[in-house]
Amino acid sequence: MTAVTATREPAVTSDRAVAENSLGRRLVLPAVLLMLIVTAYPMLRALYLSLFRYRLTTPDDRAFVGLSNYTHVLTDSLFWKDMGNTVLIMVITVGVELVIGFAFAMVMHRIVFARGAIRTAILIPYGIITVVSAFAWQFTFSLNNGYVNSWFSWLPGISADTNWFGGHWTAMFAIMVSEIWKTTPFMSLLLLAGLSQVSEDMLEAAKVDGATWWQRFYKVILPNMRAAIMVAVLFRALDAFRIFDNIFVMTKGAQNTESSSFLTYRQVIEQFQLGMGSALSVLLFLSVLLLAWGIVKLFNVDLAAARGEG
Amino acid sequence: MNRTKVGTGVGFAVILVWCLLPIVWILSLSFKPVQETTTGSPHFLPQTWTLQNYKDVLNNSDFTRALLNSTGIALIATALAVIFATLAAYAIARLEFRGKRLVLSLALAIAMFPVVSLVGPLFDLWRTFHLFNTWPGLIIPYMSFTLPLAIWTLSAFFREIPWEMEQAAQVDGATSWQAFRKVIVPLAAPGVFTAAILTFFFAWNEFVLAISLTSTTSARTVPAQLSFFVGSDEFNPPYSQLATASVVVTIPIVVLVLLFQRKIVAGLTSGAVKG
Repeated sequence: MTAVTATREPAVTSDRAVAENSLGRRLVLPAVLLMLIVTAYPMLRALYLSLFRYRLTTPDDRAFVGLSNYTHVLTDSLFWKDMGNTVLIMVITVGVELVIGFAFAMVMHRIVFARGAIRTAILIPYGIITVVSAFAWQFTFSLNNGYVNSWFSWLPGISADTNWFGGHWTAMFAIMVSEIWKTTPFMSLLLLAGLSQVSEDMLEAAKVDGATWWQRFYKVILPNMRAAIMVAVLFRALDAFRIFDNIFVMTKGAQNTESSSFLTYRQVIEQFQLGMGSALSVLLFLSVLLLAWGIVKLFNVDLAAARGEG
Repeated sequence: MNRTKVGTGVGFAVILVWCLLPIVWILSLSFKPVQETTTGSPHFLPQTWTLQNYKDVLNNSDFTRALLNSTGIALIATALAVIFATLAAYAIARLEFRGKRLVLSLALAIAMFPVVSLVGPLFDLWRTFHLFNTWPGLIIPYMSFTLPLAIWTLSAFFREIPWEMEQAAQVDGATSWQAFRKVIVPLAAPGVFTAAILTFFFAWNEFVLAISLTSTTSARTVPAQLSFFVGSDEFNPPYSQLATASVVVTIPIVVLVLLFQRKIVAGLTSGAVKG
């Protein structure tokens, strides 16, 4: 620890710098350990268990099976169906949230009155328990007690006895509405922060040069918000990919609305299939890594640099 | 010009309706008598108003126990996470040390971690260490998962603090402790407080671990208890009582939001965008 050689940071040479270096490390150590104990160690254990046939109800039957859990999962149509649901929910909700969130951010950016009221309102869906949001929307779409059927009966395909949780697409719709309702505020706040960084001078200059509203949006606002949009999309996409609470409460996976997270949960907690469940956990983890990598590559922004961390 | 003003006004109304309609809806449901929701009622507002649901829910020992569990677990996890995050964020904002970027990257990676992936191994581990179905069994993972957000928020806040003021106070004759207490604490407190609120929101909301790592009411938190609360008829859940319980557990959130909305917004966005 004491033999610190200066490589990238030439400052680490004097006694003071050495002391600062070690103090810094000691201060972050507890947090780093805590984060690793609960994630890295269990994840390694999942990797190990995924190579075994291991069911908690019959622990003596535990046996090394190599990669067969993985081949079993990857050739199972349920896994791909649930993955499809998850990706579909992620793409649609994040897309819709981006559009609505942008509209909300624009309104909040322009508004000069009642800023406190609107901030309060927008934080309530953000802060509310997801399970509560799921209940609120389940009751909204409920056949016997909901108001959707009576309010929207003028729309084609909706009548007094439309059973939203009776079909795959309508149930998926209800789940996505709950997800979108709860998380659009977060998206809009991140976008608002990005929006307030776009220089007014630049917009004014574009206006003087005769740019239309759409041109200003597309050529000035969007490029200058790339980092903010990426952060918002990255966080929301990974969050949506983990969707669980809404599905658990609203359908319990009925009508083929199960997500990958729900499948993993069911294998481990309901069926005690630790081996198979661990293989699913590892695959889920790899999907998230791949997704994060893809989004960062897509936007081509250095996250630490975007934050001035250098 | 006038057109944008009208547009903003309409947008304002749309945002309010968007955010508050479901809240008004569960409030309305909570005042409906159980019979009204059991037979089915397509009306938005109650036909007859009642407070019976609130009496029932607050007398339901499973629910009050869950409230106690949630409050205790969330508060303890928040306090501990904020202490550890403050130490780490101070180091990240003020000190030069090797591995700083690594710590921030680790925090970011954990913020994106699929929690469900951990359910299996943690379930297994917690049973071995007798942490299954206990408060610490939830507090420990909640701390780990809130640390990233707390560290990012706090280090952004700490970077804005004019630390020279500490030395200035010392030059003016204050002891180090006085300089810390009178100058640094008041400057850092809003950031610490914001991180605490965001951490509390997470712990109050968490569901996956809450249903996986508990089995009885001795550690089951509110979201988990709500999801298991089906009443006597499994196929016809007591809507109005569930709505009432939902309203009760939303009250702390609304109070926190009303009091600290400005800080929460600052905290949520500080970690994401430079500024």
